[in-house]
This record gives sequence, C-alpha cells and structure tokens, in this order.
Amino acid sequence: MANPNGSDNGREPIIEFRGVHKWYGDFHVLRNINLAVGRGEKVVICGPSGSGKSTAIRCVNRLEEHQEGDIVVNGIELTPDVRRIEAVRRTVGMVFQNFNLFPHLSVMDNLTLGPVLAQGVAKRDAEEQAAELLRRVRIPDQALKFPGQLSGGQQQRVAIARALMLRPEVILFDEPTSALDPEMIHEVLDVMTELAQAGMTMICVTHEMGFARKVADLVVFMDAGEIVEAAPPEQFFEAPTSERTRLFLSQVIH
Amino acid sequence: MSTAPGCVSRAVVTSGPRRPPPQRADSAMAWLKRNFFDGIGNMLITFGLLWVLFETVPNLVRWAVLNAVWYTPNAEVCHAAAGACWAIVPEKYRVMLFGTFPYEEHWRGVIVIAIVLGLSVISTVRRLWSYWLFVAWIAAMAVVFVLMFGGVFGLKPIETHEWGGLPLTLIMFVGTVVGGLPAGVMLALGRRSTMPVIRALCVGFIEIIRGLPLVTILFMASLMFPLFLPEGMTIDKFMRAQIAMAIFFAAYAAEVVRGGLQAIPRGQYEAADTIGLNYWQKTTRIVLPQVMRIVLPSMMNEIIRAFKNTTFIGIIGLFDVLRATSTAIQDPTWVRYSIEAYLSIFVLYFVLCFAMSKYSERVECDLAVRR
Amino acid sequence: MSEQLNVASRERYSRARRSLSFSGLWNNVAVRSWIYQLVIIAGVIGVGTFLIANAQNALSKQGISTGFGFLQQRAGFDIGETSIAFSSSDSFLKAYGVAVINTLKVAAASIVLATIVGVVVGIGRLSKNLLLNKLAAGYVEIFRNTPQLLQLIFWYTIITNLPRPRDAISIGGVFFLSNRGLSYPWFESAHYALLFGAFLAGCVAAWFLVRYTEGQGRRALRYVAWMFALGAIIGLPVLTGYFLGDARVISVPKLRGFNFFGGATTSPEFLALLLGLALYIAAFIAEIVRSGIQSVGQGQIEAARTIGLNRFDTYRKVIFPQALRVMVPPAAGQYISVVKNSSLGVVVGYPELFSVNNTVVTLSGHTVEAIAIMMSIYLAISFIIAMLMNFYNLFVQIKER
Repeated sequence: MANPNGSDNGREPIIEFRGVHKWYGDFHVLRNINLAVGRGEKVVICGPSGSGKSTAIRCVNRLEEHQEGDIVVNGIELTPDVRRIEAVRRTVGMVFQNFNLFPHLSVMDNLTLGPVLAQGVAKRDAEEQAAELLRRVRIPDQALKFPGQLSGGQQQRVAIARALMLRPEVILFDEPTSALDPEMIHEVLDVMTELAQAGMTMICVTHEMGFARKVADLVVFMDAGEIVEAAPPEQFFEAPTSERTRLFLSQVIH
Repeated sequence: MSTAPGCVSRAVVTSGPRRPPPQRADSAMAWLKRNFFDGIGNMLITFGLLWVLFETVPNLVRWAVLNAVWYTPNAEVCHAAAGACWAIVPEKYRVMLFGTFPYEEHWRGVIVIAIVLGLSVISTVRRLWSYWLFVAWIAAMAVVFVLMFGGVFGLKPIETHEWGGLPLTLIMFVGTVVGGLPAGVMLALGRRSTMPVIRALCVGFIEIIRGLPLVTILFMASLMFPLFLPEGMTIDKFMRAQIAMAIFFAAYAAEVVRGGLQAIPRGQYEAADTIGLNYWQKTTRIVLPQVMRIVLPSMMNEIIRAFKNTTFIGIIGLFDVLRATSTAIQDPTWVRYSIEAYLSIFVLYFVLCFAMSKYSERVECDLAVRR
Repeated sequence: MSEQLNVASRERYSRARRSLSFSGLWNNVAVRSWIYQLVIIAGVIGVGTFLIANAQNALSKQGISTGFGFLQQRAGFDIGETSIAFSSSDSFLKAYGVAVINTLKVAAASIVLATIVGVVVGIGRLSKNLLLNKLAAGYVEIFRNTPQLLQLIFWYTIITNLPRPRDAISIGGVFFLSNRGLSYPWFESAHYALLFGAFLAGCVAAWFLVRYTEGQGRRALRYVAWMFALGAIIGLPVLTGYFLGDARVISVPKLRGFNFFGGATTSPEFLALLLGLALYIAAFIAEIVRSGIQSVGQGQIEAARTIGLNRFDTYRKVIFPQALRVMVPPAAGQYISVVKNSSLGVVVGYPELFSVNNTVVTLSGHTVEAIAIMMSIYLAISFIIAMLMNFYNLFVQIKER
C-alpha cells in the first residue's frame, strides 16, 4: 500500500493532472481531468472502451497532446517544449497493449537499444542490467531469441523489462493484458504485482479487477471522458457511490 | 470520495457538460511555424529550399513567361527575343499532333482523337458500365478504322505507314490494352494450370518477355517478323509494332492477374467445383470477376505504363507524337527551340497520365470503401 | 458362393474393358489432359519448324550462313566510348564485351543516383515541412507521369545545348558542365588497381570503426568515429597513391585550349542517359521508400520514443531496418528496369548493348544469332539481380516461431 518517503517530497504528487481537457477535432475526449498520483503509489484506471482512459495516460508522456489544463510530471510541466518532453520521457516508462517490441532485434538488443543510444550507457553495462531484469521478469534464458519466437506473455514481460531499463520513476501500463491469451495473463500480472510491491509508482489502465483489488492505492473509474468515481479499492468494489460505476462493475466482475 | 490515510493519490470527480474545442484562431503565424519552422532541422530545410527557389524560379519565369514570344510566324522575332519561343507550337502543332498524316485529312484525325478520348471519359463513370458501353466501343473502333484507313465513303485511302501523331498514339494504346489484356489473362490462367506443358510454356513466355527491354522486342518484331514469314506474306510495320506492344503488355498484365488469382481464397474455387461448374464456367463467372476487382489498381498502373510506352514505337520508325515532334523541329529556322516543343508535349503527356492516375486512385478508394 | 465370385469377377472384367474403350479413355481426366498437352506440343513444334524453315530459306537466299562463328570476325566499326581498348580490327566478340561493360557502367551509376535521389525524395514526402513535402510530391508526379523516352530526349537536348567548354558552367570551381559533358576531379594514377584495393580497404575499416564504437555508449565518440570512417574511405586511396609516388593523385579539370584537361569527363551521351534513367526511376523508388516507411506501425515509433530514442536513432535503428525488408523486392524490380531501359541509349547514341548489337546485325547480317546473344545477356542480368534479391530476402527474414 502507500509507502511515502520520509522526506517532504513524499507528500507531493509525482504526477498531477489539473483541469485537463482534450479534443479530437470536435469530440471532447477528456473532460476536466483532475488526478494526482503519489510517489510509490499505484493508481488503476478502469472504464468502458472509448472512455478516454488510454488517452489520459498517453498524455502523461506526450504521446497525445492535451489542449487545456496542466500536466506536471516530477515537477516538470508538459508543454510543447521538446526538452521538457524528453526530460519527462526519461522518467516515465510505458508498456503497450500490443507490446511494440522491435521484431528485427533480439530480446537483448531490444533492451539495450535505449540506454546505449539515448543515455550513453556502455553496451556491456547495459547487457548486464538487461540480464538482471530478464531474471526479474522470470525469462532469463530468452535473451538471444527474437520477439517472433516468444509467446505473448513472454513478449509483454520483455516489454516490461525494456521499460525498466531506463530506471524510470513511473511506469504507465496501457491495457497490458488485453491482447494476451487467458492462460498467459496471470504471468504478466504476477510480474506487475511484484513490481508494485517493490515500490514502483504505477498508473495502470486495465480490466483486471483482481489485480486492482490487490495492488491499487486508488481506483479511478472513467466514462465518456470524465472521472466518475475514485476511491481506494475496498470502498470502490464494496460500496461504489455512482450508478454508472455499479453498472460497469456488474458487467466486468462475474 | 475518500482516500486511505497517508495516500497522496487522489482524483476529483468531473462535472460539467461537453463543450466544443476552444477555437484557437489558428493564426497565420502559428500555421507558418508549424509547417515550416518547427525546429532547427525544418528551419534549415525551409531556408535552403527557399534559397534554391529564389535562385532558379525568377530566371525560369523570366525565360518562360515574361520575355517569351507567344505567337509569331516569323522566326526572326524569336531569334531576337531573350525568352522562350512558344511560337514554335502554333507554328508546328499540326506536324506534332498528326505526324505524317496527309495535311488535308487532319480533320479525320481530330475526330478519331475526340472519339477515343470522349469514350474513355465516359467509360470512367461506373454507372454507365453496361452491355451498351461495350457495343459503343466496338462501334467507335469501327468508325475510327474507317476514318483512318479511308477508301470508303469517298474518303481518301491512307496507308498505315502514313499514320502519325496523336491518333497513332491513341490507336496503338487502345490496341495494346484491348489485345494484350485477354492474352494476359489467358497467360495467367495457363501459368496456374495443372498441365505441366501448358504451365511451362506460359511461365517461359512470361519470364522471357519480362526480362527483355521493350525496345528489343519492338526491334525483333520489326526485323525478324519478315524473316519468319513465308515468301510473299508481309505484315505492315504498324501491325508488327502493335503485336509486339500487345505481347509485352500481356506478359506484365499476366503477372498482375496472377497476383489476383492467388489472392482469391481457395474456398471459392472449391465451392465452384462443388456446384458442378466446369473449368471455363468457373473461371469466367466466379473467379475472373473477383480477380478483376482486386487487381484493378495494379492494372491501371500497367495501363498507364503502356500509354507511356507508346513513345517507343518512334524508335522503329512509326511517327507517334514524340517522334513527330522530334522531326517537326528539324526545321533549321526553328531547331534551336526544341526545348519549347518538348515541353509542350511534356504537358500533353502529363495531363493525360495524371488524369489516368487520379482516376485510378479514385477507383482504389471506391473499392476500399465498398468492402 | 462361387456364383457370387463369378459375378464379381465378371463385373471387374467388363469394367476394365469399358475403361480401355475409346469413350472410357476420353472421359478419364488424366488421359484427356495428356492428350491436350500432346496436341499443344505438336502444335508448338509444328509452328516452330514452319517459322524456322521460312527463316532459313530467307537467310540462305541472302547468302548468309548460320552459326556463331562470325563472332571471331573482324568487327569493322569503332565504338565511341570504351572502358577497355577497342579498335575496328578487334572481333565482334570483343565488341560485345565492350558493350556489356558500357551497359553495366551506366546501369550501376543510374542505380546509385536513382537510389540516393529516390530515398531523399521519399523521406521528403513524409516530412512535416510543407515546402519539402509538396516539392517532393511534385517531383514524383512530374517524373512518373511522363514517358521516360521524352525525359531522356529532353536531357540530351539540354546537354547538347550547353555552352562550349570555354564558357562552361562551373560548380564550386571543380565541376564543369559543358556540351562535352560533366568534368569532375578524379584520380590520376599509374596504379589504379592498387588504389581501388585501398578504397575497398577503407570501406572495410570504416565499417569496423562504426560497428565497434556503436557499443561504446558515449555519443561524442560515435560522431568522431563517423568522421574517421568517411575519412578512411576517401583518404586511404589518396594516401596510397601518394606513397606510390604519383605526382598528383586527384586531378582537377582545368581548361586548356578548347577543352578540359585532367580529371575525368563523362560524355554527353552518358550524362543524358544517366539523368534520363536515374531521375525517372527515382520517382518510383521514392514511392517505394515512402510506402515502406509507412508500413512500419505507429506503435514502433511510439515505443522508440518511450525508451528515449531521438528521431535520427529511431529512423536508423527501428524504422529503416523494418522498412528495408518491405522495400527491397519492389526496388529490385525497379533496378532490373534500369538495366533494361539502358537500351534507350540507342536514341542518344550511347554504345550500350542494344545499339552495338544493331551495328553487329547490320554489318554481319547474322540477325538471328546476334539477337539471340543480346536476349541471353539481358535475361542473364535480370536473373542475377533477381537472385541477389532472393538471397537478401532469405538473409534478413524476421525470425518467427
């Protein structure tokens, strides 16, 4: 659960949305989002498709641009300024629904590409770090394979390791298990849970309510671009206050 | 909404209606910045390109427009001028457009051009596709041949070796596609045949034709046909070139059709077999209609290429538009203005090919939407 | 019991008899197909024999023998541009050799130029810079929608109308455009073979330099390595020539009298053919590059951004390798097109395979043999390029389960 640092910085949220609005053309896709994520805490965002939840977290590392409001990440405000965007991207890692591994590179190259080219890390050090992370995500012997030779669950775990290579302060998960066959979902969730318990700050968009119940500090329900409800998991799942939340939960939890 | 003690994360439930996006008056400055000056790289590119343009465009405009002579029958006026001599076009356009066609009969060539172009434009409107359009084409071709050959209805007879210019280009083009397309379809079907002899023959034919330059095939047709024919039998040069062009087109069309045949799911062939159709019924009623729809974009590419390839017949001595133009500018008083003449047929070819490729894009969009 | 056996065997017997009868054979699918094929083979052989008989008849009427012996005969004509020494007393065979070298020379140069221009224009088509985008689009539309022959004649007309060497257009003081062609600085040495070897060695060294520093991490180091690599490619041959005692390894063309002296000069025919081939094909290569790059999914770019790669590195390491696999097959087709369309050299008078072949046909009268030789050479070149492309494809297969 919550694990605030002893210092004062632990009280300041590491990610903050303040009055954020976004439009796709005329369509108002994010409406007045106000959200704060504390350091070391896990926020799970759920909701029906089209609710804007993926859009919201993609705004954090500027894969999408917001038109109104502020987003502050680790003290850096997100503006069109390229240097700020790059600074933010160095602190925020991302795991995609479709893994987005580089199919023409081996797993080891997938992992070391970022640190070697972007951060100037020496290749040998990067490879050591990569081997350590592969052990952590429990696929230590797949280093020389290519993504096409791995199962979906293994690929996603490589993707998590790739995000961890940058030593980010926050990891964003965009429906990490939605593209997986059912029998591989739990191996990815196990890795994510272990990551959470080690103290990583996470924002996770997912339909996996079991995971949310176990790991989240705050569960946020979004629908039609707005935040409908936000509460710690016990309250969210046992006593949701909004009718829409209840409807959604009844459809998702069977 | 409440949070657990010590937890920093929080979210505020949204309230408020949907509203339209803020009309950020996309000022001219913002638009300029976004498209031209977005970052150092873009700025360098923009300035670099602008510098190049400033160096070349004013000179070009001065030459082509400001100092140009647009019309004069007297070449001396052009010699004295510092700009382009577009006057060569009105002076020579009859030769450029009609080649060696007899001067007084040019009106027949004009009608031919009008018929072919007009019918082509009509054919692009899908709604008009029907049996009657097919009949119209046949009738049009008959009229075209009567006009070109003459000899009936009091028209002066004209041999094929006197045909030239745009009518020749258009007839050659239509003949290539009309002759080559069915042959290409047959070749593609033959290539997929289960009978090894037929398959080998088709594969060999297609690969050899595709591996050779068009110029060589035209030359071979021009030089070698007479050798292989029995004594006394001749085919005139126009027919030789037409056959060569059609064969060349057929080989490439065959590959396009083959791609389509492979794209059709095997279930279609199997279903047709189970309802008792024989090979030809299956092919003409089930397979080919689907194939044609799939390969139409690629086929249009080949058709446009066939149109551009008509220029090659100039190399073996037929007077298509390009060769006619090259000959027209041999006139010693006008020869120094060849560039202007070439530029004008540049525009002619560009307009026709561009129109065809735009049509092809539209067809592609329509087909994609339909699925 | 024996009654039933008799009935069964009698039925087998009559069935066998029926299948061997005429209607039985005809309706058997396998037999029918073989009959069709036999008829076709007979037809092809028949028509072929008929045509060949006619041809032999016509040729013997003209007193021309058949056979390839004529290749040893004296050629009796000069070739305008040669890479190896050739005079009219050399054999027809050597003439073919020179022609093939000329063809390959112009084809190789065109392929290189077309690729460079095509890649630049293709990437320009995808640029956010509106000016670059529209200019690139304009280039593609103009060069794709006009016949190649027209473009070739156009360039040739322009080049032959350029000023004389005395008034040549100079670019940077070392390149000169005149109606004699393009004059450019080039190596002038007694040891060309050694210089070429040094060039290859430089390329290899450059390759290793770049690969080795790739993993070192520090960005500045990598830039220095790239500089050294480029230096090696150009510098090694120069140094080699220097040490071998050449007075001046690279000579710059200088005007002397009516013409240029020193450096190297392309002929106007070569230059026109080069431009006519390369700029036309570049438009198609630009489209291939564009669709290849667009075929790499958006997710790949997002992932690359997320792990911190800048635009250049994203292109180099993520987009291009994947795009290349999609681009190579159609690009190979275009390269084969370049080789085949080099035959247009006949229009501007460049002595490549086709035009030399025409001269051979005219002078020796051996039409059929000469045309057969020319066809085989073109087919062989197409085949080789296709094979190379297949090897490349196998080599870079993205490994799947």
